[in-house]
Amino acid sequence: MADPVKFTIDGRPMQAAPGTLLINAAKEAGIAIPSFCYYDGLALQAACRMCLVEVEKTPKLQVACTTPVAEGMVVQTDSPQVRQARKGMLEFLLTNHPLDCPVCDKGGECELQDMVFRYGAGESRYVESKLHVDEKQWSPIVFYDAPRCILCYRCVRICGEGLGVGALGIGNRGAAAEIVPNRGDHLECDECGACIDICPVGALTSGTYRYKTRPWEMEHIGTICTHCSNGCKTTLGVRNGNIIRANNRDRSGVNGEFLCVKGRYAFDFNENPERLTAPLLRAGGEFKPVSWAIALATVAKKLSELKARHGKFGVIGSNRTTNEENYQLQKFARLVMGTSNIDHHRTGDFATLLDTLSGRANALATTADVYTTKAALVIHSDLAQEHPLLAFQLRANSRHHKAHVYAVTPGPVREDNYGTGVRADPGREFEVLATLREKLAAETELIFLFGAAIKGAAIRQLVEFGDSLGIPVKYICLLDYSNSRGASDMGLLPDLLPGYRHVSEIGLDPGMDCDQMLSDPNLEALWVVGSNPLARQSLGATNAFLVVSDLFLTETARRADVVFPAMSAYEKNGTVTNVCGDVQKLSRGPKTMGTKSDLDIVALLAREMRADLGPTKVDDVFQEIRRTVRGYENLPFGVIETGGAAATAPVHGPVRFESRPELIRPTANGLFTSGTLGRFSGMLNGLIESPGALYRDPHVRPVIEFGSGQLEMVQDK
Amino acid sequence: MTFSPELEARFAKMLQSYPPGRTRSAVVPMLLYGQDEVGYVSQELVEEVARRCGVTPLQVDEVIGYYSMLHRARLGKYHVQVCTNIACQALGGEQLYEHASRTLGLGNKDVSPDGLISLEEVECMGACSWAPAIQINYDFHHLVTPERFDRLMESLRDGSYGRKAS
Ligand code: SF4
Ligand code: SF4
Ligand code: SF4
Ligand code: FES
Ligand code: FES
Repeated sequence: MADPVKFTIDGRPMQAAPGTLLINAAKEAGIAIPSFCYYDGLALQAACRMCLVEVEKTPKLQVACTTPVAEGMVVQTDSPQVRQARKGMLEFLLTNHPLDCPVCDKGGECELQDMVFRYGAGESRYVESKLHVDEKQWSPIVFYDAPRCILCYRCVRICGEGLGVGALGIGNRGAAAEIVPNRGDHLECDECGACIDICPVGALTSGTYRYKTRPWEMEHIGTICTHCSNGCKTTLGVRNGNIIRANNRDRSGVNGEFLCVKGRYAFDFNENPERLTAPLLRAGGEFKPVSWAIALATVAKKLSELKARHGKFGVIGSNRTTNEENYQLQKFARLVMGTSNIDHHRTGDFATLLDTLSGRANALATTADVYTTKAALVIHSDLAQEHPLLAFQLRANSRHHKAHVYAVTPGPVREDNYGTGVRADPGREFEVLATLREKLAAETELIFLFGAAIKGAAIRQLVEFGDSLGIPVKYICLLDYSNSRGASDMGLLPDLLPGYRHVSEIGLDPGMDCDQMLSDPNLEALWVVGSNPLARQSLGATNAFLVVSDLFLTETARRADVVFPAMSAYEKNGTVTNVCGDVQKLSRGPKTMGTKSDLDIVALLAREMRADLGPTKVDDVFQEIRRTVRGYENLPFGVIETGGAAATAPVHGPVRFESRPELIRPTANGLFTSGTLGRFSGMLNGLIESPGALYRDPHVRPVIEFGSGQLEMVQDK
Repeated sequence: MTFSPELEARFAKMLQSYPPGRTRSAVVPMLLYGQDEVGYVSQELVEEVARRCGVTPLQVDEVIGYYSMLHRARLGKYHVQVCTNIACQALGGEQLYEHASRTLGLGNKDVSPDGLISLEEVECMGACSWAPAIQINYDFHHLVTPERFDRLMESLRDGSYGRKAS
């Protein structure tokens, strides 16, 4: 490390590492230099001139956002000249600004409002008439109001650098300059809304939120996105029990401020009029809404009967329910019903990975690791489509730390644009890996992110390959849904208890897996929680008593005898575990009348059957999980409780189970699909990019990247 | 899209003349020469330049929007540019532009129906010392009076225009 540089800001002697920007050095010392275009993590722009400061011995004011500190530098951030300059810049910005704050979405949380309030220029000397340009709609999500735009380029940079999409640019120049979309009059992009949320003013607004409310009228609830396994923290804006928006401007959580289109906008499934709001009971071939008491009693009676005569019963659990719900659900199957016939739709072979890595510490990568690793290899996944946050992290890592990225995939992926992309047909990944061996072995460390095509023996082969490189390698087994990892960790598997202990430890035999339950003609009753297996196949036991808990009347629910209307993830408390094993907390936002959480449903059913399932409250169940589930023992409760992420500790020791690679079925959900929830999101279905396809990225072309203040084009390295 | 062999050679050389990874520096000259050959900056040209320089078509469009000498619409065979910026304005540039517009029957950036002449009101062309100045394609004409303007237009129509005018 080079010696720190010494300088003075506002008379205070300070020091900082060479290359530190003035604006950051001042911030460190608690001195705020106002800025619009400067944005942490994005390329330097110096477009707004809001950050002007006085530097002794330089004749003109300097922009603090691109000026590095220098030895002996004497800086004034609040001199009369600086104050006048700020006021002047604001007056300029306001010359054409419509000042329609009373109707603008941003009013109340607008950076321009705040600056004018603080630094003056409330009165303008400009008397000419303002240039009016009509507002434009570029997609169902993105609207642009040019007169409000202050041309800070934040949107352009987040889209190009952050998302790797580059769908926004600047058209014209001078007073006529404005933001333009990539398809002339409309956008074809990821529709992530990052541009909208990063806009300091109300120039970019979203189709879901615009003109609906004012920021201070909402309650802001931090919870976890329910759409994919990456587990982004999202802050729901809830008013009168309805979600009005979702964003993460406070940068909390594993994702900072990143959210993809699903996290930011696809919450509308929650208020879809087709949501189930009363239990349904089949009577004479027809569904009849009944009270919870009747529905629960009917199921309890049936299951008690069945249990008494040892009839065949099974449970198919969910990839989206909380850890607590999964934990209690498997307890219900094993302790109440005495069977290990329990499984879930497996989207990746995580258990085999755990077994292969048994005995090693630090072999599973966390979400944070993806941003700091020196190198990473993506195998058989279209990361930007299937795992948007991990793709974002990797891109940011490449931009900020020059991480090397490799992608071995069957078709083009976005990682090709800044890394080394190699095509490999499914099943031939290892041939391609062999050709990369030398390059990979020359790295100092690696993370392997592998998709569902790598399962069973291939996982063992992959770890062998990793070992043969002679450098530390960490792994991420890419699973699809928001709590797939939690389903696996909490024992929704026929041969494994929570924490990957073998069922024989509690005196049970391994039970039937998903496929066996669905096809066994002798199955007498099946309980399907938040899953839709009958969309793909029919139930072999044509007369089986089917109980379904779900949000919607899915194909599976249609066949049910009793349907319990369940709460969505946004409506309940609990914890979920993301694809990297980071445990985070859900917080209850909106409510849908008539629904119950799966935790309550399990508890009520057990009580109805006079069985004891132990704790019934979320927090108590979580404490039991921390006490009893391997990998979850040392989770820091405080961190999770306050909205942070804590990584589970990998299980040390072999996992005894029957590996069943044929049961691994990836969903191939991309950016614009999300299983059942996606089908009920009008927002997702209304986009021209929807449903999209993997390994085909029409809107992505090479983007100019900026690194360490230097202009350079990052192509295939 | 392919260009004439001369232009292809020129582009090939151009792409070599910037440091590695800086091929986007070639966007402006490529557009300018491509425009001369195609007649305007067509969408096809935009995409071709983007592909060759390793940038997005949108990034090429940003450049086009910035430079007034790059035209997204087809111009006349002779593109007549009349300066109305400060020096020319002081010496009758605005009147000259109005005269041009009236006599040619063309508004700003319009093209005559026969495709021969297009008119544009432009900012300072750096010929202030000889204001009012106009430019026809790449050639300057200095100290232009309405009468000289008419003669120039006449020479465009009868085909006698061709050598660099005085
Ligand atoms: S990809 Fe995201 S940031 Fe880029 S234009 Fe589309 S919505 Fe905006
Ligand atoms: S639209 Fe918003 S983010 Fe984009 S340049 Fe304008 S003010 Fe900045
Ligand atoms: S990346 Fe996944 S978790 Fe994050 S916002 Fe998108 S769908 Fe939600
Ligand atoms: S913040 Fe420095 S110029 Fe915009
Ligand atoms: S003002 Fe007309 S050429 Fe300079």
